Amino acid sequence: MEQNMEEYAIIDNYLCIKMPQEVDHHGAAGIRACADRLILDDKVKNIVFDFENTTFMDSSGLGIIIGRYRKISCFGGKVYAINTNERISRILKASGMSAIIEILV
Amino acid sequence: METLKNQISIEFDAISENERLARVVIAAFLAGIDPTLDELEDVKTAVSEAVTNAVIHGYKENGGKVVLRASLSTDEKLTVDIIDYGVGIANVEQAMQPLFTTGVPSERSGMGFSFMEAFMDGLEVESTPREGTSVHMWKHFAKRQTTGTKPILQAAVWNRTGRE
Repeated sequence: MEQNMEEYAIIDNYLCIKMPQEVDHHGAAGIRACADRLILDDKVKNIVFDFENTTFMDSSGLGIIIGRYRKISCFGGKVYAINTNERISRILKASGMSAIIEILV
Repeated sequence: METLKNQISIEFDAISENERLARVVIAAFLAGIDPTLDELEDVKTAVSEAVTNAVIHGYKENGGKVVLRASLSTDEKLTVDIIDYGVGIANVEQAMQPLFTTGVPSERSGMGFSFMEAFMDGLEVESTPREGTSVHMWKHFAKRQTTGTKPILQAAVWNRTGRE
């Protein structure tokens, strides 16, 4: 399922990405492409991953976060996760991702 | 005493659409033993990792066939095999190291096998270059541990380049 652009919003210099219900390798390419185009075009500084609709995420989700973090962190940008359910929070923490992504509750 | 209660074997194309299919199949297979939501998600995640590996690494995203075999014993032990006939892995031990990836390093976390290990009770990988890879995993449901998620990677240090 391709992501459409309604899933992306830019507020100030924050790019907010509404993550799909299932975050896996299949959907990862679409998210990467859309996010990277907006990062380049709109001078986005920070990224907020909104997991409100997400019930499943495998390690491909970490790849998406790491990749975007690398693109913005050299300009001092930060990466946030919001609306994570208990399982997504646990996966992010248990995989050491909380070192680069701030989980807001 | 381990007696087989049920088993399935399905073959599907090694395309990314079927990562979800494999998750749905394994979830349906487990429905009979009434797993907790967390147990179900653990198995779905491990299967998703193994199938993703077959699609990306086994067949280099050029397609092929993946076989998913699952069996359930009467003492509620699930075993899952994910088999591909792709390029194989020259050094399995290295491939299973956390953070190791042959993919684009900025886009792949290198944690697929770590996820499988964390979410299942056991994992064995057999591979022969140019013949393929077989991932064998198992999980006991009768024990019903409630220890929560094992640390996937306690010592991960993610830095500006993604890892160090």
